[in-house]
Amino acid sequence: MPKKKMYDQGKVFAGLAIFVGLLIFPFLLNLGKAAPAPELKLSDKAKAAKECVESKAYMTAEHMQLLNEWRETVVRNAQRVYVNSSGKKFEMSLSNTCLDCHSEKAEFCDKCHNYAAVTPYCWDCHVDPKETM
Amino acid sequence: MNISYLYSLIAVIVLALFAYVGSKFGGGEALFGIIFPLLAGLTFTVGFIYRIVDWARSPVPFRIPTTCGQQKSLPWIESACIENPTTTAGVVVRMILEVVLFRSLFRNTTCELKEGDKLAYRWEIWLWVGALAFHYAFFTVVVRHLRFFMEPVPVCLQFLETLDGFLQIGLPGLMLSGVVLLAAAVFLFLRRILTPHVRYISLASDYFPLFLIMGIAFSGILMRYFTKVEIVNVKAFTMGLVTLQPHIPDGIGGIFYVHLFLVSVLLVYFPFSKLMHLGGIFMSPTRNLTTDTRAKRHINPWNSPVKIHTYEHYEDEFREKMVDVGLPVDKMLEAQPPEAPEAPETPEAPEAPETPEVPEKPEVPAEPEAPEAPEKKE
Repeated sequence: MPKKKMYDQGKVFAGLAIFVGLLIFPFLLNLGKAAPAPELKLSDKAKAAKECVESKAYMTAEHMQLLNEWRETVVRNAQRVYVNSSGKKFEMSLSNTCLDCHSEKAEFCDKCHNYAAVTPYCWDCHVDPKETM
Repeated sequence: MNISYLYSLIAVIVLALFAYVGSKFGGGEALFGIIFPLLAGLTFTVGFIYRIVDWARSPVPFRIPTTCGQQKSLPWIESACIENPTTTAGVVVRMILEVVLFRSLFRNTTCELKEGDKLAYRWEIWLWVGALAFHYAFFTVVVRHLRFFMEPVPVCLQFLETLDGFLQIGLPGLMLSGVVLLAAAVFLFLRRILTPHVRYISLASDYFPLFLIMGIAFSGILMRYFTKVEIVNVKAFTMGLVTLQPHIPDGIGGIFYVHLFLVSVLLVYFPFSKLMHLGGIFMSPTRNLTTDTRAKRHINPWNSPVKIHTYEHYEDEFREKMVDVGLPVDKMLEAQPPEAPEAPETPEAPEAPETPEVPEKPEVPAEPEAPEAPEKKE
Protein backbone atom coordinates (compact mmCIF):
# COMPACT_ATOMS: atom_id res chain seq x y z
CA MET A 1 0.00 0.00 0.00
CA PRO A 2 1.47 3.33 -0.99
CA LYS A 3 1.92 5.63 1.91
CA LYS A 4 -0.92 8.07 1.87
CA LYS A 5 -1.35 11.25 3.81
CA MET A 6 -3.52 11.16 6.90
CA TYR A 7 -6.08 13.91 7.21
CA ASP A 8 -6.98 15.60 10.51
CA GLN A 9 -4.19 13.69 12.21
CA GLY A 10 -4.50 15.50 15.52
CA LYS A 11 -8.20 14.79 15.91
CA VAL A 12 -7.95 11.18 14.73
CA PHE A 13 -5.09 10.37 17.07
CA ALA A 14 -6.85 12.07 19.97
CA GLY A 15 -9.93 9.93 19.31
CA LEU A 16 -7.88 6.76 19.02
CA ALA A 17 -6.03 7.62 22.23
CA ILE A 18 -9.35 7.87 24.07
CA PHE A 19 -10.49 4.58 22.55
CA VAL A 20 -7.32 2.69 23.47
CA GLY A 21 -7.28 4.36 26.88
CA LEU A 22 -10.78 3.09 27.62
CA LEU A 23 -9.83 -0.41 26.50
CA ILE A 24 -6.67 -0.76 28.55
CA PHE A 25 -7.91 1.18 31.56
CA PRO A 26 -8.98 -1.95 33.50
CA PHE A 27 -5.55 -3.46 32.81
CA LEU A 28 -3.73 -0.33 34.01
CA LEU A 29 -5.95 -0.07 37.05
CA ASN A 30 -5.07 -3.60 38.12
CA LEU A 31 -1.42 -3.43 37.18
CA GLY A 32 0.63 -5.55 39.54
CA LYS A 33 -2.35 -6.32 41.72
CA ALA A 34 -4.00 -9.62 42.36
CA ALA A 35 -7.61 -10.05 43.35
CA PRO A 36 -8.21 -13.70 44.17
CA ALA A 37 -11.63 -14.92 45.17
CA PRO A 38 -12.33 -14.22 48.85
CA GLU A 39 -12.25 -17.07 51.32
CA LEU A 40 -15.23 -17.37 53.56
CA LYS A 41 -14.75 -17.66 57.28
CA LEU A 42 -17.27 -19.94 58.88
CA SER A 43 -18.16 -19.49 62.51
CA ASP A 44 -17.56 -22.39 64.88
CA LYS A 45 -21.24 -23.10 65.07
CA ALA A 46 -21.56 -23.29 61.31
CA LYS A 47 -18.55 -25.58 61.12
CA ALA A 48 -20.01 -27.86 63.74
CA ALA A 49 -23.36 -28.05 61.94
CA LYS A 50 -21.51 -29.15 58.76
CA GLU A 51 -24.48 -28.52 56.51
CA CYS A 52 -26.77 -25.55 55.99
CA VAL A 53 -30.50 -25.96 55.47
CA GLU A 54 -29.70 -27.45 52.07
CA SER A 55 -26.50 -28.72 50.42
CA LYS A 56 -23.58 -26.37 49.98
CA ALA A 57 -23.85 -26.31 46.17
CA TYR A 58 -27.55 -25.52 46.36
CA MET A 59 -27.00 -22.78 48.90
CA THR A 60 -24.22 -21.11 46.89
CA ALA A 61 -26.36 -20.94 43.79
CA GLU A 62 -29.85 -20.49 45.18
CA HIS A 63 -29.59 -18.84 48.62
CA MET A 64 -31.07 -15.59 47.35
CA GLN A 65 -34.03 -17.37 45.85
CA LEU A 66 -34.53 -19.42 49.00
CA LEU A 67 -34.51 -16.28 51.13
CA ASN A 68 -36.97 -14.66 48.78
CA GLU A 69 -39.31 -17.66 49.07
CA TRP A 70 -38.93 -17.64 52.86
CA ARG A 71 -39.85 -13.99 53.02
CA GLU A 72 -42.94 -14.50 50.92
CA THR A 73 -44.17 -17.57 52.80
CA VAL A 74 -43.65 -15.90 56.16
CA VAL A 75 -45.03 -12.49 55.31
CA ARG A 76 -47.89 -13.53 53.04
CA ASN A 77 -48.86 -16.97 54.38
CA ALA A 78 -47.68 -16.68 58.00
CA GLN A 79 -46.04 -20.05 57.50
CA ARG A 80 -42.78 -20.19 59.46
CA VAL A 81 -41.58 -23.75 59.11
CA TYR A 82 -39.28 -24.86 56.31
CA VAL A 83 -38.90 -28.52 55.52
CA ASN A 84 -35.71 -29.20 53.59
CA SER A 85 -35.05 -31.88 51.00
CA SER A 86 -34.08 -34.44 53.65
CA GLY A 87 -37.15 -33.76 55.79
CA LYS A 88 -35.45 -31.65 58.45
CA LYS A 89 -37.42 -28.69 59.84
CA PHE A 90 -36.15 -25.12 60.22
CA GLU A 91 -37.65 -21.86 61.27
CA MET A 92 -37.78 -19.51 58.30
CA SER A 93 -35.96 -16.52 59.68
CA LEU A 94 -32.98 -14.59 58.44
CA SER A 95 -32.12 -13.14 61.81
CA ASN A 96 -32.81 -16.21 63.94
CA THR A 97 -31.85 -19.09 61.69
CA CYS A 98 -29.33 -17.84 59.13
CA LEU A 99 -27.54 -15.34 61.31
CA ASP A 100 -27.55 -17.76 64.23
CA CYS A 101 -24.87 -19.87 62.56
CA HIS A 102 -23.45 -17.28 60.17
CA SER A 103 -23.04 -14.80 62.96
CA GLU A 104 -20.25 -12.88 61.26
CA LYS A 105 -22.01 -10.98 58.48
CA ALA A 106 -18.83 -9.14 57.49
CA GLU A 107 -16.90 -12.41 57.22
CA PHE A 108 -19.61 -14.40 55.53
CA CYS A 109 -22.23 -12.43 53.56
CA ASP A 110 -20.30 -9.31 52.77
CA LYS A 111 -17.13 -10.91 51.51
CA CYS A 112 -18.62 -12.38 48.36
CA HIS A 113 -21.23 -9.67 47.91
CA ASN A 114 -18.59 -6.95 47.96
CA TYR A 115 -16.30 -8.90 45.65
CA ALA A 116 -19.06 -9.40 43.08
CA ALA A 117 -20.51 -5.92 43.73
CA VAL A 118 -23.88 -7.27 44.76
CA THR A 119 -25.94 -5.11 47.10
CA PRO A 120 -28.69 -7.27 48.55
CA TYR A 121 -31.58 -5.35 49.98
CA CYS A 122 -31.96 -7.71 52.96
CA TRP A 123 -30.32 -5.12 55.14
CA ASP A 124 -32.74 -2.39 54.19
CA CYS A 125 -35.06 -3.93 56.81
CA HIS A 126 -33.04 -6.47 58.74
CA VAL A 127 -30.17 -5.50 60.96
CA ASP A 128 -27.04 -7.27 61.89
CA PRO A 129 -27.04 -6.82 65.67
CA LYS A 130 -23.26 -6.65 65.77
CA GLU A 131 -23.10 -3.77 63.34
CA THR A 132 -25.64 -1.72 65.21
CA MET A 133 -23.84 -2.04 68.52
CA MET B 1 -36.94 -19.44 3.74
CA ASN B 2 -34.40 -16.69 3.39
CA ILE B 3 -30.89 -18.08 3.25
CA SER B 4 -29.43 -14.84 4.61
CA TYR B 5 -30.87 -15.27 8.07
CA LEU B 6 -30.89 -19.01 7.99
CA TYR B 7 -27.14 -19.14 7.42
CA SER B 8 -26.51 -16.49 10.07
CA LEU B 9 -28.63 -18.36 12.60
CA ILE B 10 -26.88 -21.64 11.82
CA ALA B 11 -23.48 -19.94 12.09
CA VAL B 12 -24.26 -18.60 15.57
CA ILE B 13 -25.67 -21.93 16.74
CA VAL B 14 -22.61 -23.77 15.45
CA LEU B 15 -20.31 -21.28 17.18
CA ALA B 16 -22.20 -21.68 20.45
CA LEU B 17 -22.10 -25.47 20.23
CA PHE B 18 -18.43 -25.36 19.30
CA ALA B 19 -17.68 -23.44 22.50
CA TYR B 20 -19.97 -25.61 24.65
CA VAL B 21 -18.51 -28.88 23.45
CA GLY B 22 -14.96 -27.59 23.02
CA SER B 23 -14.70 -26.35 26.59
CA LYS B 24 -15.42 -29.85 27.90
CA PHE B 25 -12.30 -31.35 26.37
CA GLY B 26 -8.91 -31.24 28.04
CA GLY B 27 -7.31 -27.85 27.50
CA GLY B 28 -10.56 -26.52 26.03
CA GLU B 29 -11.17 -24.32 29.04
CA ALA B 30 -7.81 -22.60 28.62
CA LEU B 31 -8.42 -22.21 24.89
CA PHE B 32 -11.93 -20.75 25.19
CA GLY B 33 -11.31 -18.99 28.47
CA ILE B 34 -7.89 -17.40 27.99
CA ILE B 35 -6.39 -17.72 24.51
CA PHE B 36 -9.44 -16.87 22.39
CA PRO B 37 -10.58 -13.88 24.48
CA LEU B 38 -7.09 -12.35 24.61
CA LEU B 39 -6.56 -12.85 20.87
CA ALA B 40 -10.01 -11.44 20.20
CA GLY B 41 -9.27 -8.37 22.30
CA LEU B 42 -6.04 -7.84 20.41
CA THR B 43 -7.72 -8.27 17.02
CA PHE B 44 -10.43 -5.84 18.05
CA THR B 45 -7.99 -3.15 19.13
CA VAL B 46 -5.57 -3.47 16.21
CA GLY B 47 -8.37 -3.91 13.66
CA PHE B 48 -10.26 -0.91 14.99
CA ILE B 49 -7.20 1.34 14.82
CA TYR B 50 -6.39 0.03 11.33
CA ARG B 51 -9.85 0.85 10.03
CA ILE B 52 -9.83 4.32 11.55
CA VAL B 53 -6.38 5.14 10.16
CA ASP B 54 -7.46 3.77 6.78
CA TRP B 55 -10.47 6.09 6.80
CA ALA B 56 -8.35 9.01 7.95
CA ARG B 57 -6.16 8.47 4.91
CA SER B 58 -9.06 8.71 2.51
CA PRO B 59 -9.48 12.22 1.20
CA VAL B 60 -12.87 13.89 1.12
CA PRO B 61 -13.21 15.37 -2.37
CA PHE B 62 -15.92 17.90 -1.62
CA ARG B 63 -17.65 19.31 1.40
CA ILE B 64 -20.51 16.84 1.53
CA PRO B 65 -22.46 17.51 4.73
CA THR B 66 -26.11 16.60 4.50
CA THR B 67 -28.18 19.48 5.71
CA CYS B 68 -31.78 20.09 6.55
CA GLY B 69 -31.84 23.76 7.35
CA GLN B 70 -31.09 27.16 5.95
CA GLN B 71 -27.43 27.73 5.25
CA LYS B 72 -25.84 30.88 6.58
CA SER B 73 -25.98 33.51 3.90
CA LEU B 74 -27.23 37.06 4.19
CA PRO B 75 -27.44 38.48 7.70
CA TRP B 76 -31.18 39.08 7.52
CA ILE B 77 -31.92 35.46 6.57
CA GLU B 78 -32.22 33.31 9.65
CA SER B 79 -29.88 30.32 9.40
CA ALA B 80 -30.09 26.95 11.13
CA CYS B 81 -26.85 26.82 13.10
CA ILE B 82 -27.17 23.13 14.06
CA GLU B 83 -29.03 21.69 11.10
CA ASN B 84 -26.66 23.47 8.79
CA PRO B 85 -23.61 24.27 10.90
CA THR B 86 -21.17 26.83 9.59
CA THR B 87 -18.99 26.81 12.69
CA THR B 88 -17.06 24.08 14.48
CA ALA B 89 -19.18 24.63 17.58
CA GLY B 90 -22.29 23.93 15.52
CA VAL B 91 -20.72 20.75 14.17
CA VAL B 92 -19.81 19.60 17.68
CA VAL B 93 -23.39 20.10 18.87
CA ARG B 94 -24.70 18.33 15.79
CA MET B 95 -22.32 15.39 16.30
CA ILE B 96 -23.20 15.04 19.98
CA LEU B 97 -26.90 14.97 19.16
CA GLU B 98 -26.24 12.45 16.41
CA VAL B 99 -24.14 10.13 18.57
CA VAL B 100 -26.23 10.40 21.72
CA LEU B 101 -29.76 10.70 20.32
CA PHE B 102 -29.50 9.34 16.73
CA ARG B 103 -31.07 12.55 15.52
CA SER B 104 -30.99 11.77 11.82
CA LEU B 105 -32.73 8.46 12.44
CA PHE B 106 -35.39 10.33 14.38
CA ARG B 107 -36.37 12.06 11.16
CA ASN B 108 -36.92 8.75 9.42
CA THR B 109 -39.95 8.74 7.13
CA THR B 110 -41.64 6.01 5.20
CA CYS B 111 -43.56 6.39 1.99
CA GLU B 112 -46.47 4.26 0.91
CA LEU B 113 -49.33 4.23 -1.54
CA LYS B 114 -52.68 5.03 0.02
CA GLU B 115 -56.06 4.43 -1.52
CA GLY B 116 -54.37 2.74 -4.41
CA ASP B 117 -52.46 5.54 -6.07
CA LYS B 118 -51.87 8.31 -3.53
CA LEU B 119 -48.28 8.55 -2.42
CA ALA B 120 -48.11 9.40 1.27
CA TYR B 121 -45.14 10.07 3.54
CA ARG B 122 -45.35 9.19 7.18
CA TRP B 123 -43.04 9.79 10.13
CA GLU B 124 -41.59 6.38 11.05
CA ILE B 125 -40.34 6.39 14.61
CA TRP B 126 -40.09 2.72 15.54
CA LEU B 127 -36.68 2.11 14.06
CA TRP B 128 -35.39 5.05 16.09
CA VAL B 129 -37.03 3.74 19.25
CA GLY B 130 -35.67 0.23 18.70
CA ALA B 131 -32.19 1.45 17.85
CA LEU B 132 -32.03 3.79 20.83
CA ALA B 133 -33.27 1.09 23.22
CA PHE B 134 -30.82 -1.42 21.76
CA HIS B 135 -27.77 0.83 21.92
CA TYR B 136 -28.42 2.20 25.39
CA ALA B 137 -29.22 -1.25 26.78
CA PHE B 138 -26.04 -2.64 25.23
CA PHE B 139 -24.01 0.26 26.59
CA THR B 140 -25.43 -0.24 30.08
CA VAL B 141 -24.74 -3.97 29.94
CA VAL B 142 -21.14 -3.37 28.88
CA VAL B 143 -20.59 -0.81 31.63
CA ARG B 144 -22.20 -3.10 34.21
CA HIS B 145 -19.74 -5.83 33.22
CA LEU B 146 -16.90 -3.58 34.38
CA ARG B 147 -17.64 -4.89 37.87
CA PHE B 148 -15.85 -8.06 36.82
CA PHE B 149 -12.74 -6.11 35.87
CA MET B 150 -12.26 -3.94 38.93
CA GLU B 151 -11.55 -4.64 42.54
CA PRO B 152 -12.79 -2.83 44.54
CA VAL B 153 -15.81 -1.99 42.43
CA PRO B 154 -16.37 1.77 42.23
CA VAL B 155 -19.52 3.16 43.82
CA CYS B 156 -20.80 4.56 40.51
CA LEU B 157 -21.03 1.03 39.07
CA GLN B 158 -22.94 -0.17 42.11
CA PHE B 159 -25.24 2.79 41.72
CA LEU B 160 -25.79 1.94 38.05
CA GLU B 161 -26.66 -1.61 39.02
CA THR B 162 -29.11 -0.42 41.64
CA LEU B 163 -30.69 1.86 39.05
CA ASP B 164 -30.80 -0.93 36.46
CA GLY B 165 -32.48 -3.29 38.91
CA PHE B 166 -34.75 -0.76 40.59
CA LEU B 167 -37.88 -2.80 39.91
CA GLN B 168 -36.56 -5.44 42.39
CA ILE B 169 -38.21 -8.28 40.55
CA GLY B 170 -37.13 -11.68 41.83
CA LEU B 171 -33.72 -12.65 43.09
CA PRO B 172 -31.10 -12.29 41.68
CA GLY B 173 -32.67 -8.92 40.89
CA LEU B 174 -33.86 -8.45 37.34
CA MET B 175 -31.64 -6.11 35.34
CA LEU B 176 -33.73 -4.06 32.95
CA SER B 177 -30.88 -3.49 30.50
CA GLY B 178 -30.50 -7.21 29.81
CA VAL B 179 -34.18 -7.66 29.06
CA VAL B 180 -34.36 -4.51 26.93
CA LEU B 181 -31.24 -5.57 25.01
CA LEU B 182 -32.68 -8.95 24.10
CA ALA B 183 -36.12 -7.51 23.32
CA ALA B 184 -34.70 -4.73 21.14
CA ALA B 185 -32.45 -7.15 19.23
CA VAL B 186 -35.47 -9.39 18.61
CA PHE B 187 -37.50 -6.36 17.49
CA LEU B 188 -34.79 -5.23 15.08
CA PHE B 189 -34.62 -8.76 13.70
CA LEU B 190 -38.39 -9.02 13.29
CA ARG B 191 -38.41 -5.64 11.56
CA ARG B 192 -35.94 -7.03 9.07
CA ILE B 193 -37.94 -10.13 8.25
CA LEU B 194 -41.48 -8.78 8.51
CA THR B 195 -41.16 -5.59 6.48
CA PRO B 196 -40.89 -6.76 2.86
CA HIS B 197 -38.71 -3.96 1.54
CA VAL B 198 -36.35 -4.15 4.52
CA ARG B 199 -36.11 -7.92 4.10
CA TYR B 200 -35.26 -7.37 0.44
CA ILE B 201 -32.17 -5.31 1.28
CA SER B 202 -31.07 -7.38 4.31
CA LEU B 203 -27.99 -9.52 3.97
CA ALA B 204 -26.34 -12.18 6.06
CA SER B 205 -24.04 -9.46 7.42
CA ASP B 206 -27.14 -7.75 8.84
CA TYR B 207 -28.56 -10.83 10.49
CA PHE B 208 -25.34 -12.33 11.81
CA PRO B 209 -24.49 -9.56 14.34
CA LEU B 210 -28.13 -9.53 15.49
CA PHE B 211 -28.12 -13.26 16.16
CA LEU B 212 -24.72 -13.01 17.77
CA ILE B 213 -25.89 -10.30 20.17
CA MET B 214 -29.10 -12.21 20.86
CA GLY B 215 -26.95 -15.24 21.67
CA ILE B 216 -24.75 -13.21 24.00
CA ALA B 217 -27.72 -11.64 25.77
CA PHE B 218 -29.54 -14.96 26.02
CA SER B 219 -26.57 -16.87 27.43
CA GLY B 220 -25.95 -14.06 29.90
CA ILE B 221 -29.55 -14.06 31.09
CA LEU B 222 -29.49 -17.85 31.30
CA MET B 223 -26.43 -17.74 33.56
CA ARG B 224 -27.69 -15.00 35.82
CA TYR B 225 -31.26 -16.12 36.42
CA PHE B 226 -31.49 -19.79 35.55
CA THR B 227 -28.40 -21.99 35.52
CA LYS B 228 -26.69 -19.80 38.16
CA VAL B 229 -23.02 -19.62 37.32
CA GLU B 230 -20.80 -19.21 40.38
CA ILE B 231 -20.23 -15.50 40.18
CA VAL B 232 -17.31 -15.30 42.59
CA ASN B 233 -15.38 -17.80 40.47
CA VAL B 234 -16.21 -15.85 37.33
CA LYS B 235 -14.89 -12.69 38.87
CA ALA B 236 -11.73 -14.45 40.03
CA PHE B 237 -11.29 -15.60 36.43
CA THR B 238 -11.82 -12.17 34.82
CA MET B 239 -9.59 -10.53 37.42
CA GLY B 240 -6.95 -13.09 36.44
CA LEU B 241 -7.29 -11.91 32.85
CA VAL B 242 -6.93 -8.20 33.61
CA THR B 243 -4.10 -8.69 36.07
CA LEU B 244 -2.39 -10.79 33.37
CA GLN B 245 -2.23 -13.81 35.67
CA PRO B 246 -4.85 -15.89 33.90
CA HIS B 247 -6.10 -19.07 35.48
CA ILE B 248 -9.13 -21.26 35.08
CA PRO B 249 -11.24 -21.62 38.21
CA ASP B 250 -13.49 -24.62 38.75
CA GLY B 251 -17.20 -24.71 38.65
CA ILE B 252 -17.83 -22.49 35.66
CA GLY B 253 -20.22 -24.26 33.35
CA GLY B 254 -20.27 -24.63 29.59
CA ILE B 255 -22.76 -21.77 29.19
CA PHE B 256 -20.12 -19.37 30.47
CA TYR B 257 -17.75 -20.45 27.72
CA VAL B 258 -20.51 -20.07 25.14
CA HIS B 259 -21.10 -16.54 26.41
CA LEU B 260 -17.40 -15.70 26.42
CA PHE B 261 -16.75 -17.25 23.02
CA LEU B 262 -19.65 -15.41 21.39
CA VAL B 263 -18.29 -12.17 22.84
CA SER B 264 -14.86 -13.07 21.43
CA VAL B 265 -16.42 -13.70 18.03
CA LEU B 266 -18.20 -10.35 18.24
CA LEU B 267 -14.91 -8.61 19.06
CA VAL B 268 -13.12 -10.27 16.14
CA TYR B 269 -16.01 -9.60 13.76
CA PHE B 270 -16.37 -5.99 14.88
CA PRO B 271 -13.61 -4.16 13.00
CA PHE B 272 -14.36 -5.91 9.71
CA SER B 273 -18.10 -5.36 9.60
CA LYS B 274 -20.82 -2.77 9.70
CA LEU B 275 -20.42 -2.67 13.47
CA MET B 276 -17.51 -0.31 12.81
CA HIS B 277 -20.10 2.46 12.76
CA LEU B 278 -19.01 2.86 16.39
CA GLY B 279 -15.87 4.55 15.10
CA GLY B 280 -17.23 5.50 11.70
CA ILE B 281 -19.89 7.86 13.01
CA PHE B 282 -17.14 10.23 14.07
CA MET B 283 -15.51 10.05 10.65
CA SER B 284 -18.60 10.55 8.50
CA PRO B 285 -18.13 13.63 6.31
CA THR B 286 -21.87 14.10 5.85
CA ARG B 287 -22.05 14.83 9.58
CA ASN B 288 -18.73 16.27 10.69
CA LEU B 289 -18.05 18.97 8.13
CA THR B 290 -19.06 22.58 8.34
CA THR B 291 -21.24 23.93 5.57
CA ASP B 292 -19.17 26.99 4.83
CA THR B 293 -18.89 26.19 1.15
CA ARG B 294 -19.96 29.68 0.19
CA ALA B 295 -17.43 31.31 2.47
CA LYS B 296 -14.39 29.10 2.06
CA ARG B 297 -12.91 27.23 -0.86
CA HIS B 298 -12.51 23.51 -0.31
CA ILE B 299 -9.71 22.12 -2.42
CA ASN B 300 -9.94 18.50 -3.36
CA PRO B 301 -7.11 16.93 -1.37
CA TRP B 302 -6.45 14.24 -3.95
CA ASN B 303 -5.49 16.78 -6.54
CA SER B 304 -1.96 15.46 -6.52
CA PRO B 305 0.75 17.86 -7.75
CA VAL B 306 0.62 17.70 -11.56
CA LYS B 307 3.98 17.83 -13.32
CA ILE B 308 3.75 20.86 -15.54
CA HIS B 309 6.13 21.50 -18.42
CA THR B 310 5.51 25.10 -19.40
CA TYR B 311 6.31 26.43 -22.84
CA GLU B 312 9.01 28.53 -21.23
CA HIS B 313 10.81 25.45 -19.92
CA TYR B 314 10.20 23.63 -23.18
CA GLU B 315 11.85 26.40 -25.09
CA ASP B 316 14.75 26.54 -22.66
CA GLU B 317 15.33 22.88 -23.32
CA PHE B 318 15.13 22.98 -27.09
CA ARG B 319 15.98 26.55 -27.97
CA GLU B 320 19.17 25.76 -29.79
CA LYS B 321 17.58 23.06 -31.87
CA MET B 322 14.60 25.28 -32.62
CA VAL B 323 16.83 28.07 -33.70
CA ASP B 324 18.81 25.73 -35.90
CA VAL B 325 15.78 24.51 -37.80
CA GLY B 326 14.40 28.03 -38.01
CA LEU B 327 11.48 27.65 -35.61
CA PRO B 328 10.32 30.83 -33.92
CA VAL B 329 11.46 31.26 -30.32
CA ASP B 330 10.37 33.82 -27.73
CA LYS B 331 13.74 34.20 -26.14
CA MET B 332 16.90 34.52 -28.18
CA LEU B 333 19.96 32.50 -27.47
CA GLU B 334 21.97 34.83 -25.22
CA ALA B 335 19.40 37.41 -26.21
CA GLN B 336 20.41 40.99 -26.60
CA PRO B 337 19.52 43.27 -23.67
CA PRO B 338 16.76 45.18 -25.51
CA GLU B 339 14.81 42.02 -26.30
CA ALA B 340 15.15 40.52 -22.83
CA PRO B 341 12.17 42.27 -21.19
CA GLU B 342 9.87 40.35 -23.45
CA ALA B 343 11.00 37.05 -22.05
CA PRO B 344 8.76 36.95 -18.93
CA GLU B 345 5.73 36.98 -21.17
CA THR B 346 6.77 33.81 -22.90
CA PRO B 347 4.19 31.52 -21.28
CA GLU B 348 1.70 33.25 -23.48
CA ALA B 349 3.81 32.44 -26.48
CA PRO B 350 1.09 31.00 -28.66
CA GLU B 351 -0.56 34.40 -28.76
CA ALA B 352 -0.85 35.71 -32.24
CA PRO B 353 0.56 39.24 -31.94
CA GLU B 354 3.96 37.98 -30.87
CA THR B 355 4.46 35.48 -33.59
CA PRO B 356 5.07 37.90 -36.41
CA GLU B 357 8.03 39.24 -34.53
CA VAL B 358 9.55 35.90 -33.83
CA PRO B 359 10.49 34.84 -37.33
CA GLU B 360 12.88 37.73 -37.39
CA LYS B 361 14.57 36.66 -34.24
CA PRO B 362 16.31 33.53 -35.48
CA GLU B 363 18.20 35.70 -37.87
CA VAL B 364 19.41 38.01 -35.18
CA PRO B 365 21.12 35.51 -32.89
CA ALA B 366 22.73 33.89 -35.85
CA GLU B 367 25.12 36.76 -36.08
CA PRO B 368 26.45 37.08 -32.53
CA GLU B 369 26.15 33.44 -31.57
CA ALA B 370 27.47 32.11 -34.81
CA PRO B 371 30.26 30.03 -33.29
CA GLU B 372 27.89 27.87 -31.28
CA ALA B 373 25.14 27.26 -33.74
CA PRO B 374 27.11 25.63 -36.52
CA GLU B 375 28.67 23.18 -34.09
CA LYS B 376 25.30 21.73 -33.21
CA LYS B 377 24.34 21.46 -36.83
CA GLU B 378 27.16 19.16 -37.70
